[in-house]
Amino acid sequence: MSVDTLPPPMPVEAEKGEEAPFRLLVRAFFRSPAAVAGFVLLAAIIGLALLAPLITPQNPYDLNQLDIMDSRLPPGSQSMTGMTFWLGTDDQGRDMLSGIIYGLRISLGVGVSSALFAALFGASLGLLAAYVGGRTETAIMRIVDLQLSFPSILVALMILAFLGKGILNVVLALVIVEWATYARAARGTALVERRKEYMEAAESLAIPRWRILFVHLLPNCLPPLIVIATVQVARAISLEATLSFLGLGVPITEPSLGLLVANGYQYMLSGMTWISFYPGVALLITVVAINLVGDRLRDVLNPRGRE
Amino acid sequence: MTAAVVRRLLQAVMVMLAMTVIVFIAINVIGDPVDILISPDADQIERARVVQALGLDLPLWQQYLRFLWAALHGDLGESYVYNEPAIRVILQRLPATLELAVSAILIAIVVGVPLGLYAGLRPHGILSRVIMTVSILGFSLPTFWVGLVLIMFFGVQLGWLPSGGRGQTAELFGVQWAFLTKDGLAHLILPAVNLALFDACLILRLTRAGVAEVLPLDFVKFARAKGLKESRVIGVHISKNIMIPVVTIIGLEFGSIVAFSVVTESVFSWPGMGKLIIDSINVLDRPIITAYLMAIVAFFVIINLVVDLTYTALDPRVRLQGEGP
Repeated sequence: MSVDTLPPPMPVEAEKGEEAPFRLLVRAFFRSPAAVAGFVLLAAIIGLALLAPLITPQNPYDLNQLDIMDSRLPPGSQSMTGMTFWLGTDDQGRDMLSGIIYGLRISLGVGVSSALFAALFGASLGLLAAYVGGRTETAIMRIVDLQLSFPSILVALMILAFLGKGILNVVLALVIVEWATYARAARGTALVERRKEYMEAAESLAIPRWRILFVHLLPNCLPPLIVIATVQVARAISLEATLSFLGLGVPITEPSLGLLVANGYQYMLSGMTWISFYPGVALLITVVAINLVGDRLRDVLNPRGRE
Repeated sequence: MTAAVVRRLLQAVMVMLAMTVIVFIAINVIGDPVDILISPDADQIERARVVQALGLDLPLWQQYLRFLWAALHGDLGESYVYNEPAIRVILQRLPATLELAVSAILIAIVVGVPLGLYAGLRPHGILSRVIMTVSILGFSLPTFWVGLVLIMFFGVQLGWLPSGGRGQTAELFGVQWAFLTKDGLAHLILPAVNLALFDACLILRLTRAGVAEVLPLDFVKFARAKGLKESRVIGVHISKNIMIPVVTIIGLEFGSIVAFSVVTESVFSWPGMGKLIIDSINVLDRPIITAYLMAIVAFFVIINLVVDLTYTALDPRVRLQGEGP
């Protein structure tokens, strides 16, 4: 009975020193100016996305606030009511700045949720493969290898070709695309971890298998998974934008950044470049910010990692 | 060696079979093919007749065998839009895609390898840092948006290059190619550069990492101590040792370039397979979708096979037993 409730090993080992390594990590993280810049940018972007209804000059989905007379105005021009469109307007008279901030919400939402579900699903299977071994492991890793031999865009394209568009379908497609990466990484780390003494100790205490797997093994495999998850969020956002640009992603009623770019595409050849250009810039800044943070996390969490 | 090759071939066949099952299930279980194949105002008798003619009343496994049998004979249905066998429609678009993909990979090599060598040999130089920073940007930039920006600058603002289409083509070996005419070449530049960007950065970073790894090794020191010219040390001794990963990546990336040409072709209205599949998905031209998926899967299985086998031939340390590379 009491064995079942044995506390997970990590806090036990690090009871006294737990604060220090974490603070050390944080300090190491912020030593790089690029990482600080990325972190600040990312925080600002997340803030913008969360507070969208409060800070945007206009609600781009409230038809009462739109005026078709304001459509396709260049950046900096004023509306009939005296409002300034800092980044211009699209073909329906929507303020691009507001549209972009609302678009960020959808892009980030899709990116983060798909990365999260993929991490849960992929890491569980990866841990299982490493822990159970044998046929299960071979089967899981074969599927992983097979899937990773196809480019992500192709797999996502196949899935969406059959499922049709929609936010949930996009998230599902992204999860299916991404889980293999987590599974492979989780298995790799778990194979190293399971040979360590604390695992032997846990097993000799006859703790239930699921508890060993999730309470003892999983926390110790987290650092590399966190790094991958960060980078995968950026990849997911980028892939979602691409799919939406191709018309296979989110529906027109919930435009992400990629769909905003697509909407402006037809006006670009006539010189109205701002409709496509600025959502793309927002997308770029988001992806770069996440990658900067991810790069630094990798350096901090894994001192042996190169580049 | 022979046993390993045979096993690898068998594995490739298994993958192909697995993909036919997946595609078959996707068509027949997720969507009801009857709804797509029969006009909505057909009456029950008409409907039953078509169902029987198409064999849709048979058990699923029999239907699958029929599908497989037809697929093996190159029959994946007729396109609803073009009224031609789907496979033929796709093969017609193949040269345009191949032309784009090959141009892109050439650009990626010509740009990536020298810059990577430079950055690896002078890791602390200012120019090297600029190169590496730009290469990170190249990874982060979404392909479709780079394409738009290229069109915006070179097509619209400067007006130097055409912003879409394939331009004039000329015939070679019975196939139309754009790169043979001046106009076609002008049309090819922007999409090829767009498609090459990601892989140029990838090859660049790989080359740099390879150089950094090889440079401190004894054989380089020895070659220099022997008094060899620096150009020979770099051109022969170093290059030879970093080429295996670079060649592998170029092989593997060729498939990914063909896959990503979906995006570039859509941006630049390049009439290849990629644009065709997007157009077909939008109008639900299922035979084309099926045929494209089967064709691209076959293509990938072959690429992976060739890369694996070449890899084994190139590097005797690699064995096909256990887990592949």
